[in-house]
Amino acid sequence: MTLAQALQIVAKTDPGRVRSHNEDCVESRPDIGVVVLADGMGGYNAGEVASGMATTLIATGLAEAWNARALARLSRDESVALAERLVRDEIARANSAIFSAAQNDPQCNGMGTTLVTCLFYDDFLTVAHIGDSRLYRLRGDVLEQVTRDHSLLQEQIDSGLISKEDARLSHNKNLVTRALGIDETVEPEVHVHDIQPEDMYLLCSDGLNDMIEDGEIEMTLVALRSNPDLAAEQLVQAANDNGGRDNISVILVKVLKGFAVQRGWLARLKALFS
Amino acid sequence: MAKLILSVDGTVLREYGLSKERTTIGRKPHNDIQVDNLAVSGEHAAIITILNDSFVEDLNSTNGTLVNGKPIKKHFLQHNDVIEIGKHKLKYFNDQPAAAASADFEKTMIIRKTAPAPAPAPAAHAAPAAAVEASDTHTNLRSQASEGHAAMPDIPTVQTSASAPSTGAARDAAIQLLSGSAAGRSMDLVKNLTTIGKPGTQVAVITRRPAGFYITHVEGASFPSLNGVSIGAQAHQLNDHDLIEIAGVKMEFFFKP
Repeated sequence: MTLAQALQIVAKTDPGRVRSHNEDCVESRPDIGVVVLADGMGGYNAGEVASGMATTLIATGLAEAWNARALARLSRDESVALAERLVRDEIARANSAIFSAAQNDPQCNGMGTTLVTCLFYDDFLTVAHIGDSRLYRLRGDVLEQVTRDHSLLQEQIDSGLISKEDARLSHNKNLVTRALGIDETVEPEVHVHDIQPEDMYLLCSDGLNDMIEDGEIEMTLVALRSNPDLAAEQLVQAANDNGGRDNISVILVKVLKGFAVQRGWLARLKALFS
Repeated sequence: MAKLILSVDGTVLREYGLSKERTTIGRKPHNDIQVDNLAVSGEHAAIITILNDSFVEDLNSTNGTLVNGKPIKKHFLQHNDVIEIGKHKLKYFNDQPAAAASADFEKTMIIRKTAPAPAPAPAAHAAPAAAVEASDTHTNLRSQASEGHAAMPDIPTVQTSASAPSTGAARDAAIQLLSGSAAGRSMDLVKNLTTIGKPGTQVAVITRRPAGFYITHVEGASFPSLNGVSIGAQAHQLNDHDLIEIAGVKMEFFFKP
């Protein structure tokens, strides 16, 4: 069972109905189980430069570092640790690249991007995020927000200054407290989660979750889980129907079957000859 | 910047911009908004402003603070809210939606903290953030038929899922089953998505959008038909009295009068 067979991946991005440019970027590498989503900001319409650099550099960097044969020799704990290290390294590299591009080009001064990226391997998922782009998980009929926004509003909610209901009406939305490419170094938030077959993962920019409620996202994914392509299209359409005030991006990853790594002497023997 | 307009007995007295993090209201002169009236406490209330949001908080005043007629302890202010302190009124203005026309509204921006950066989050932390409440109601017509009978595989399952209020079409609509043992039953299409058919065999979705209702094939080897014609993979708008055939069952789409 290869990763490409175990995961069904759909990625869509849409400028929405208000903005002339699309500063979001999505990228997927099904063969190595990597998906990346970025929502760019700042500069003079340079957000798309930042988000484009982020998705390309991280996806390509992980593809280059990926060595299936070497990975198969590691224990699960070692794989988990390596996955996190690889992801952090590529994010750091992308951060430096975007930061220096921003310094060198006046039109790009101050540009940055949010980021959410997932690496699927051995029945676990490594997710790294910076900013307010999100990862959700649908397991059974329940949708759960996996990442916590790096935003002013989330900090206010966490410290009890504002209730979740009032937060929906806040005028302080879209103020992120962390971004990729705006400082010399950045600290992404990285977590590891176990995966079950039939799970469906949704990465999205705030252009989606600001326009439609989590309840509607859940209903859409439950109703259309047998057709992820249609589900992604429906999510984008619903966000546009509700105003489409920002760029909308979604990546759906459906886990068709488990993709645990086979370990043991026979697997190692096979690996020697592959 | 948001602002408050102070008035009494319908007469406008003064306008105050909410530029500070804390704007105090009371009878004593040191307050930012001084209201010189015996019904007002020395320190009556305060407005807390965090960037574009403001809250009004009562400071344990003698006569309390009302917002839109209701007594409050702390209230998240919305455009046009009216705060009442004694006989005085403070109307809150924060007309950001007017900025929606400009492309800057909804733009993501970075906010720098002046305080030292917080400690990095611990790695490999397995617990996900708070779960979204699952809300769904499944109306299974099969179970509405008498429970003693054997399962009837030809009856399509109509599932409507609960969700936030729909943006939907101006007119209400419903579908009525014309064949099968549940013939005659009808189902209102209130939600944004209603799936019809038999999961695993043939499923379509009817979406409710501002422009109307649309049917789209979801799964199944063959497509459902609309007025006798196979719908293919595209979405089709539904018109009054359209006939849908799916999973061997006929049904009619109609707008409610």
